[in-house]
Amino acid sequence: MKALRFSRDVPRYAAARISAGVRPGSGAVTGPLALVDVDPPVAPDDDWVTLRPRLAGICGSDLATIDGHSSRYFEPIVSFPFTPGHEVVGDLDDDTRAVLIPVLDCMVRGIDPVCASCAAGRTNQCERIAFGHLAPGLQTGYCTDTGGGWSTRLVAHHSQLVEVPDDLSDEAAVMVEPTACAVHAARMIASFDPTRLAVIGSGTLGLGLLAALGHLGVAPGGVIATAKYPAQHQLARDLGAARVVAPDELTRAVRATSGSFVLGGTQLTGGFEVVVDCVGSAASIEQALAVVAPGGTVVLVGMPGHVGVDLTSLWQRETALRGCYAYTRDDFAVAIDVVAAKRLDRLVSASYPLRRFHEAIAHAANAGRRGAVKIAFDLREEKERTR
Amino acid sequence: MPRPGFVLDVDRSTPPILFHHGEGFRLEKLPAGRSRVVYPAEPHEGLRDPDAAIRHALAHPLGDSEPLEALLFPGMRLTIAFDDVSLPLPQMRRPDVRQRIIEAVLDVAAAKGVDDVHLIAALALHRRMTEAELRHAVGDRVFDAFAPLGRLYNHDAEDPENLVELGATGDGEVVEINRRAAESDLVVYVNINLVSMDGGHKSTATGLASYRSIRHHHNVRTMQHSKSFMDRHASALHSSNWRMGDVIRDAGVKIFQIESTLNNDTFGTTGPMAVLAKREWEWTLRDRATYLGMKAGLDRMPPGAARRIFQSWRAPYAVTSVHAGQVDAVHEATLAQVFSEQLVTVEGQTDILTMGLPYVGPYNVNSVMNPILVMCLSLGYFFNMYRNKPLVREGGVLICTHPTPWDFNPIHHPSYIDFFEQVLSETTDPLEIEQRFEKDFAEDEWYRHLYRTSYAYHGVHPFYMWYWGAHALQHLGRVIIVGGDPRAVRRLGFRPASTLDDAFELAADVVGPQPTITHFHNPPLIMADVQ
Repeated sequence: MKALRFSRDVPRYAAARISAGVRPGSGAVTGPLALVDVDPPVAPDDDWVTLRPRLAGICGSDLATIDGHSSRYFEPIVSFPFTPGHEVVGDLDDDTRAVLIPVLDCMVRGIDPVCASCAAGRTNQCERIAFGHLAPGLQTGYCTDTGGGWSTRLVAHHSQLVEVPDDLSDEAAVMVEPTACAVHAARMIASFDPTRLAVIGSGTLGLGLLAALGHLGVAPGGVIATAKYPAQHQLARDLGAARVVAPDELTRAVRATSGSFVLGGTQLTGGFEVVVDCVGSAASIEQALAVVAPGGTVVLVGMPGHVGVDLTSLWQRETALRGCYAYTRDDFAVAIDVVAAKRLDRLVSASYPLRRFHEAIAHAANAGRRGAVKIAFDLREEKERTR
Repeated sequence: MPRPGFVLDVDRSTPPILFHHGEGFRLEKLPAGRSRVVYPAEPHEGLRDPDAAIRHALAHPLGDSEPLEALLFPGMRLTIAFDDVSLPLPQMRRPDVRQRIIEAVLDVAAAKGVDDVHLIAALALHRRMTEAELRHAVGDRVFDAFAPLGRLYNHDAEDPENLVELGATGDGEVVEINRRAAESDLVVYVNINLVSMDGGHKSTATGLASYRSIRHHHNVRTMQHSKSFMDRHASALHSSNWRMGDVIRDAGVKIFQIESTLNNDTFGTTGPMAVLAKREWEWTLRDRATYLGMKAGLDRMPPGAARRIFQSWRAPYAVTSVHAGQVDAVHEATLAQVFSEQLVTVEGQTDILTMGLPYVGPYNVNSVMNPILVMCLSLGYFFNMYRNKPLVREGGVLICTHPTPWDFNPIHHPSYIDFFEQVLSETTDPLEIEQRFEKDFAEDEWYRHLYRTSYAYHGVHPFYMWYWGAHALQHLGRVIIVGGDPRAVRRLGFRPASTLDDAFELAADVVGPQPTITHFHNPPLIMADVQ
């Protein structure tokens, strides 16, 4: 079958890192990602089924991997070679459409008894993601045994599947996984019961979060979102942000809304109780720390990687820095509602066949400035899919 | 004898006309047969001995006032308030007329044994003056004698301890002014009346007032009913200030008003700037060379460097009159003088009014002219330089030239940045802006802090800039800015154009083909008396 495979190739990985520094997305050309013919993945046992992807999205974490920017933290929790793609809607053998929950938790790995996190229902925090009868891999799309969405076939444990309602299009369904991330974040934020909120970044995660916050009625005092590009700006407004500002306007916007003073030009004396970073860069984290209120919480929804940030303000103002990763099965049910209610299928801006993966990755890496949000692979017409 | 201002009908032989363009210039050819240019008068002769004229004015007051000397007595509290850095524009060469007048007043006060004297920069909601600016205005001798003792300072419109409510007008307008002034035995107000808007009861009722008080006339309704605010007797802004003046008087505050006028000598008769005051067909070969050299240099210079050069220019203004005494009587005499220098009779209105906006307005002295100030200078000040009716017909088009950079001075204009980002991205409608946003900005503690302790305009000030153009916004069919940053121009709600010809094409959508065009050749300052 056809699959995009990412192999352990240090020289090419370094080349990707260098070229992507100049031209984001070019790691698809220079790095260790290749379109290959491979044997289909084998189901470990009867609890597993084959999923034939229809659409598979390209996520920011995929781009970081392809462009050589991902953290070495992942080394022990991925296994090579792997087929990327964890935002997947596909067909089961009985032609039921399903969305994949890519987390490879204890149950999926055949571990019994399950770890404490899984036992508590926090499968996204599974403590055994490198163990059990599967090769290491925090998710489908990073595990050599399962295959991934950027192919015509992968295997999935039955607990990883959520049936797609008939009235949900493929484009909507492929948005369910990133929206589940957003729902998970929105639920975490809701636990802080903030009146107002700042959301940094209006890419897929940021926009999905705005949709989820609105759906769940979080932050009734309004959300200020940052958006770099005009299309993002419009979508953020449509999805419920009370105010959308350019990234360099956020400090002033939060200051004015929160009635803060300013120290040294950028650090607010007050700020919002909760600030959500959907970007994950050093600049966005620093900005979040600058505009969060003393004793407040910065929630990192965007994958940060290796960043250099001055944490003095975090210490002095007793700020909490809270990671927010993935989702649980419950989040998927809500995500389907959010996708339908907020018409998030409109965030899928373009799709490509596998053979045009260079273009697809380049488009995804430059989505904002090209007026796009989510780029996906369209596998519905791939020949191998029906063999 | 200076030549009066006049209106030139443009024909084929008319040379390209000078347009100011921020820290630069443009020469523009206007369509022959349907364009005209309103030129300012040449500068009037200055007083031969301004100091003698000042002394004379103090001793021979107008109205029912006694001479200054008779109003002073030992042990009294004397407060001298003076106009702030927004006047004159550009700043004048030393000695500033305020210095001359203040020194003369202090001489009389000293002779009468008055030693409880405070000097207050009557800046209302403007930014505080720096030491250098205060020194320039009052002179080093006065500054060194009073500032170290804490007796020369900026008015603080947000200091509750030092404000006092004097009452309210019949229209319910609260009058709250500086406590020191209100509790003095005499307030001497030292004015510079660069334009006819300045002076009169507005000096004290606005210059020394609080936000609580100023908001009664600095609002959309008032500005839309001031046609124009340069014409005191047709201005709701002035009517309100005059009502407040009555309350101040009835509360027992005694004011001795001193108003001075300057001539139109903005650019001098020698040096590179002199060409800017000449009529284009009278430019000599040397003038042309000077202009071309200056323009070439400015076009290549970084904007900041050009700004510093222009902001360092000190105009060689001469003092043309000094009147002192009772407020109304003084102000009427002053207005007559200002009109005699600036008024130009213009027959009928025009379809398109063009203006070249210079580098400085009242609120960007030693600073960048940000987009909001571009709006205020064009639709506020210059549009309102008329008597009877606007130069441009209702539904007509205003075309301005200015670079309109998306650039703000964060020290002077912090609330302007937020206004531009937050308010204008939502709406440009003055009434909506006033209703939805003014209160939050006016009461923002951070802006208040910066106004009181730094050099920031009050949080509400950008709103007033917008209201200043409210009458023009109501009147005009379209506003076009030539050569501006398109993003900034659009944020203002105006249309950008890269050339004047493009602007004329854009204007044709509104006023039709072959429109009449009037260019307002300002500065030096003109006021149009439109018949």
